This record gives sequence, C-alpha cells and structure tokens, in this order.
Amino acid sequence: MLSARNITAKYGRRTVLHDVSLTARPGALTAIIGPNGSGKTTCLKALTGELEHSGVVALGGRDCITMQPWELATLRAVLPQASTLAFPFTVIEVVRMGLRSGAEALDDTIPLAALDRVGLAGYANRFFQELSGGEAQRVHLARVLSQVWHPVVEAEPRWMFLDEPVSSLDIGHQLDVMRVARAFADQGGGVVAIIHDLNLTAMFADHVILFSKGRILASGPPETVIAEELLAEVYEIDETVRRMLSLAFELRSAPGGPGTHKSDKPPQSASAISA
Amino acid sequence: MVDATVDAQVARAPAPDDRLRRARAAHLWLAILLGVTAIFSLGVGATDVSLQSIGLKLVTGEPLTQMERVVLWDIRLPRLLMGIAVGAALAVSGALMQGLFRNPLADPGLVGVSAGATLGAVGAIVLGASLPVAVLAWTGGALVPLAAFVGAWATMVLLYRIATRRGQTSVATMLLGGIAIAALTMALVGLLIFRADDLQLRELNFWQLGSLTGSSWDKLMIAGPIILGALLLANRLGRGLNGLALGEATASHLGFDVQQLKRWCVLLVAAATGAAVAVSGGIGFIGIVVPHILRLVTGPDHRTLLINAALLGATLLIVADMISRTIISPAELPIGIVTAVLGGPVFLWILLQRRNVVDL
Repeated sequence: MLSARNITAKYGRRTVLHDVSLTARPGALTAIIGPNGSGKTTCLKALTGELEHSGVVALGGRDCITMQPWELATLRAVLPQASTLAFPFTVIEVVRMGLRSGAEALDDTIPLAALDRVGLAGYANRFFQELSGGEAQRVHLARVLSQVWHPVVEAEPRWMFLDEPVSSLDIGHQLDVMRVARAFADQGGGVVAIIHDLNLTAMFADHVILFSKGRILASGPPETVIAEELLAEVYEIDETVRRMLSLAFELRSAPGGPGTHKSDKPPQSASAISA
Repeated sequence: MVDATVDAQVARAPAPDDRLRRARAAHLWLAILLGVTAIFSLGVGATDVSLQSIGLKLVTGEPLTQMERVVLWDIRLPRLLMGIAVGAALAVSGALMQGLFRNPLADPGLVGVSAGATLGAVGAIVLGASLPVAVLAWTGGALVPLAAFVGAWATMVLLYRIATRRGQTSVATMLLGGIAIAALTMALVGLLIFRADDLQLRELNFWQLGSLTGSSWDKLMIAGPIILGALLLANRLGRGLNGLALGEATASHLGFDVQQLKRWCVLLVAAATGAAVAVSGGIGFIGIVVPHILRLVTGPDHRTLLINAALLGATLLIVADMISRTIISPAELPIGIVTAVLGGPVFLWILLQRRNVVDL
C-alpha cells in the first residue's frame, strides 16, 4: 500500500500542493488526472521524494524518508516526464541502468525483454540520442520496467510511478504502454500514473484521483470521478468530450477490451457520464 | 502489439553489440601499451644511457657504472613514475568532472582547482623568501608543491561550500562559482606576478607551463599515495556516474546517493588534481582529450572509462615527457607546451572525424 498523508509542497513561497492525502493499492492502476498546473507532477515528485514536502509518504507501511536510496530503488521505479542523457549511450546501455548493482551487466535477458515489451525490439544498439521523442520515452519505460521487472518479490509488491508515460506517443503506442502498465498491476504490482488522456484513464484505470489547484477534488473508481459535473468544474468540457468519454467506457467493457478490474462493479459506461 | 509479431522481432533482433566487453578488453591492451611505453622511456634522455647497454649488463652480470645507476635510478625512474601518476590523475579527474557536470568539455580547470594551485605556487615562489626561517626549513624544497596543493584544496572546499545549501550541492552553482573564483584567483596571481623579480618570473613561468623536471623519490612518496588512493576510490564511482548521466533525480531513483556521489567526486578531483598540479605544474589537455578519445572508441560507460582513462592518460603523459626532454636536448621544453601542441590538433581532428557522434 502506498499512503501519503498531509502532503504540502512549495516552490519558493508559492504553495502548489495543499495538504494532500491519498492512498494507492498494489494490484491496481491508479491514475492521477487534472488540468495543467493542478499539482499532478508536484504530487508525484513528493511521492517519490524528489521534492521537499511536509507530511508522510509510506510505502508498504514504511516511511519513505527512513529508507536509503538503494532500498527505495528495489521497491519502486520512477519514469520522469522528461529525461535528458549526457553522453552517447546506446539504447541497451540505458535500459541496463535499471538493473540493480548486484545484477550481472552482461546478462541482457531482462533489458532485452523490457525493450520488447515496449515495442523496441531490435533497437538495442541504436544510439539513444538518435531516437525520436516517443522512442526515447519508451526506452525510459523499458529502463523502469527492468528496474522492477517482477511485480511482486517475496510477497512484497513493487511500484511504478509514471509521469505522463504516453504524452509523446502515437495512439498505437499509447495503448501498448497502457497495456504494459495494466499488466504490471494485474500481476500484483502497483502503478501510479499521471495521465492527461481521459479516454485512456477511463479505459485502463482502477482508481482515479482528480487534482485541481493543488488539491484533490475527487478520488474513486473511474466511473464516479470521470463524471460530467466534476469534469465540467475543472476542465472546460463540452458535448464532444462527453461523447468521447462515454465511448471509452463502452470500449472498456466491450469483449477484448482492456479493463475488467476484479473488485469493482461492472462499469456503468455511459450512465456514469450522463448521470 | 500482437504476441506473434513480438516473438518474430525477438528472433530477428541481433545480440547487443557489447561495448562493455570491448571496453574491458581495452584494460589489458592499454596496460600493455603503458608497460611498453614506460620501458622504452627509461632508455630515452639527455644523457647517453641506453636500455640496451643496461639490459646487456644485467644479463651478463657486469655491474652498472655510477653514471648509469644515477641516471636510471635517481633521475629517469622517479620521473617515469611521476609521469604515470600525474597522467593518470589528470585523465581520471577530467573524466570525473565530465561525469559530474554531465558535459564532455568539463575539466578540473573549470572549477578553479588549477587556478587555486597556481595561486598557491605563485604565492610560494614570490613571497616564499619572506616566510619565517623555521617554516622554510621544515618545507625544504617542497614549499611550492605544498602551497599548490593547499591552494587547490582551499578553492575546491570553498566552492563546495558555496554551492551546497541544506545538504544539496548545485552543480550549476559550482560551475558558475568556479568561474568567479578562478577569475578572482587569477587576479591575485596577476598581482603577485606584478611584484615578482626577474628570477621569480622565470621560475613562475616554468611552473605554469608544467614540467616533470623536478621529479624525485621524495616528491613521489608524497604525491604518489595521494593520487593512487584517489584513483582507487574513483573507480567505485563508475556506476553512479552512469546513473547521473540520466540526471540527478533519476540517478537517485535508480538507488544512488547522489549527494554522496557529488561529494566524493569533488573530494577525489581536489586530491588527485591538487597533487598532480603541485608536483608538475599546469599540464593541459590530458583531462579533456583522454576521456574523449575513450568515449568515442569504447563508449561512455564510466565503469570502464575511469580505468582506461588512467592507463591512457599515463601513457600519453610519458610520451609527452619523452618528447619534452629530447626534442631540444640537452634543454627541456615544458611538457605543458607538448601536451597542448599534441592535444589541440588531435582533439580538433577527432571532432571533425566523428562530427556525427560528437554532436550526440
């Protein structure tokens, strides 16, 4: 279980996160949504300890601040919104960096499988800097995957924190990446992802947290959070968006659709939107 | 993606071209190169003492002449070992700085270490005579290197303090602070030069250009262990520096203690560069050219880069030293001039040849 209590974070004197508390459970895909500048990335950075904050973030019942970087690294991997790379590393060399220090670097089973998972098989020897933005983002996802390759180790779930994992991808790869995250959650791992696309959120998420102006406005299953009145309050939403979203819910429950989450009631598709 | 396609792609994917394996093999080749160059350099010098004659005498059991013993044991051997230590120290310091600043053009000179060492040395040359007699007696001939080492350390510690707030060191602040401190330091050096007499100016000039001329067992016994210790510790930072290439936040998420990593980098560069500059003066280009060549040939992985940099740096410096003491023999050309003359064009040539890779 990931739990954050009373998180407040500031940039200089400006408070960007106001007393936020949330939980996310392993085995589920938790999506963080909200308009630009609503505090999503700040929240993720606080959850991963990247940003100074007040309040407590605990992973598996342990306060993250008491854990060493290497301990945390065995429990969770983080995909930042944008990454830079300083030297001309190849794709496989970048993905290998996700392996733990104990792992023999010459055994590429996991890095190659991770590359394959994100649709980049055959890219191992390309120079990272020669890749397109979307390819680079998927290489980083492969690196994250190889860091937490097994979603559960000795009954302890591992976590992926993804900041806009699909933002620079085409629609096909967006679905691929969401399926990778979905599969990780289905195998018992925890996924916390910032997603801008409400359709993808509706299709893949088990739990949705809606941010607005540095506060959590709503939290719950997608059918209740991605509801018209709420969204109208935070986004400027119109009839077209409403119809797109109802379609996404239909896709989710359609045969061969991505999302059947175990505990929840069957998605109420359009009714949740128009309710 | 459909599973069948994935399987087909895996089957088609070539095995990763293993630069890491090649870079590890390079340890051996570079060590052999260093060994051969080192033996060869023992036979080269202003005096007519050749390796062949010494080798022949060792085989036949004939005793060496007094002259041969002095030249080999008291002059060439300490000088060779000093060259190895200084070359390795400069190249590894360069690689560490480049890893820390995430920039292939970084070098210890950038953060004021060299400027601090220069201030210490110039201060000792110009003002040394006015020190109390007891201090002079204690330091003996080591006053200038000692002052240079202290100067290098003092600037590095000052800079680290300036750039560190609430336990976090800002690399950007360090870079900018380093430029400011270097400017300030060089102004003080200018002031001292203004005060210096002709004899001091000459000594100072020679020191600034760099040279291994004064190498002795005494100096080696002080600088050698500092440099060796720094190199051994630096070798443990390789993985962390690789992570740092992805940025500080990601390095930390990968499990590295980034603040510790930065502290060790600064500490080891101050120790290695400080000791190297103290005994040999300002020798440029090794710190930039050596890691750069290696990155192009064997890749940027710091786990192998640091070791290879030490080996290649040492080799290049003793080659430069051989040139410096034979090209205008019996006089000596300052080695800093040789490394700049050799390093500059090589550096440009690499840039032009591999422009597409360098752009990366």
